[in-house]
Amino acid sequence: MNILHYWRAMSGIIGRELWRFIKQRERFVSALVRPLVWLFIFAAGFRAALGLAITPPYETYILYEVYITPGLMGMIQLFNGMQSSLSMVYDREMGSMRILMVCPLPRWFLLLSKLVAGVAVSILQVYVFLLIAWFYGIEAPWEGYFFVLPALVLAGAMLGALGLLLSSFIKQLENFAGVMNFVIFPMFFMSTALYPLWKMKESSEWLHHLAFFNPFSQAVELIRFSLYGQFNGFAFTYTFVAFCIFMLVAVLGYNPSKGMMMKKGGR
Amino acid sequence: MNDKKIQDIASLEIAGLSFSYGGKKALDNVTFSVNSAECAILLGPNGAGKSTLFSLITRLYDSHIGKIELCGFDVKQQTRQALSKLGVVFQQTTLDLDLTVMQNLRYHAALHGMNRKQANERIQEELERLSMYDRRMETVRQLNGGHKRRVEIARALLHQPSLLLLDEPTVGLDVPSRKSIVEHVHRLVDDHGLSVLWATHLIDEIAADDQLIILHQGQIKLKGSVNNVLQATGTESINDAFKKLTQGAKG
Repeated sequence: MNILHYWRAMSGIIGRELWRFIKQRERFVSALVRPLVWLFIFAAGFRAALGLAITPPYETYILYEVYITPGLMGMIQLFNGMQSSLSMVYDREMGSMRILMVCPLPRWFLLLSKLVAGVAVSILQVYVFLLIAWFYGIEAPWEGYFFVLPALVLAGAMLGALGLLLSSFIKQLENFAGVMNFVIFPMFFMSTALYPLWKMKESSEWLHHLAFFNPFSQAVELIRFSLYGQFNGFAFTYTFVAFCIFMLVAVLGYNPSKGMMMKKGGR
Repeated sequence: MNDKKIQDIASLEIAGLSFSYGGKKALDNVTFSVNSAECAILLGPNGAGKSTLFSLITRLYDSHIGKIELCGFDVKQQTRQALSKLGVVFQQTTLDLDLTVMQNLRYHAALHGMNRKQANERIQEELERLSMYDRRMETVRQLNGGHKRRVEIARALLHQPSLLLLDEPTVGLDVPSRKSIVEHVHRLVDDHGLSVLWATHLIDEIAADDQLIILHQGQIKLKGSVNNVLQATGTESINDAFKKLTQGAKG
């Protein structure tokens, strides 16, 4: 029991998730193709349209592909976070979530384990993406590849917690498609993933504010700075607080006496 | 496991349990218990409240009215102790189709805190009992419905629970598979002192010495041994008794 039990359960959950990911090769490929299309096609085409001034953490003029890379790393994690919650809605409908929920461990811990498993998968994807980007000529300072790891853990956890939160309130798979449209796309386009904040300010003050307070923007900035060996305190704090809030609401959402089951009208 | 202690306490004790969805009452003041080494058949037409009851026992839902105890542990207050005594086979298959039998079972063992050695021993024991050990390296997708069910029963027993919940486990299976599962579960009760709560609407799954709990429209209509039920209803077969008690039931 106790700590060993917790440890074994968490390794079991992570192991299962990684194994499933490796088994589902199409999922791995599509998770990689998405950011690569953005990088090879969109960024290459967009390069001429967008002039970038020198802004931290960059110390020289950079190509648009270089700018967009941390945003795409964030995108991988955003999709992954939503996808693992999609799989939770699926699991719940199919019942394997029930097997998890009847095991004798606290629910918050089971959800946290699910989250850690999802983050592990997303980090795996990000590093494969970085490797391909490196061959394409997008190189960060070598130490950046280490510094970015904790940033990816936090960003992945925050986005995963958001996914968990959504999954706890979605009753059926069909509703999820809507959430993908209403969450993923606005979050991605209204962020610093594709264009810097100051550029947005030029076109719309309002959009600029929305993008600034978008937790995904802060996660992307955290990744961007870490990749260049710098620590962005504000982005870190913002992402961390967002993680705590999302996780808390998700745990409440999965609480049998408060969350989704009660929303179904049960008493 | 302390056998003596378990014999003193009912494996499952439900008292005054009510639950409703919105304004519709799904369970109404349900009270019954399942004793140690007893096979209780929860018989009810579709929509009687069987699945709701199971969701409450497994704490997927929470009820504000009534009490559920597993081996003396309140599911609300002592959730973890209570759940550790419980093995469940849900109505839908809950196995990972792309993983092997072994991987599925190891995952469950990990969730229950078993180490590799314990897990392997228990898996071998349970699978051999169901003649499934040779197929442990096959992915679940390759198995037929009856064999999937067997794996699920083995999984539910890995952590040696005191009470096994089965929610219509034989739905959609062919006759030989159903028969083999019914026999296996009854053997577990007789030989290993396991308690079972088996939800079904298939009357031919009942053995002569089972306890019957007849649930209809969220209420317990009758409970007792097969003979008691026949006497109380003045009928000759469980089928007639069931019809009499659930007259007007839909589905």
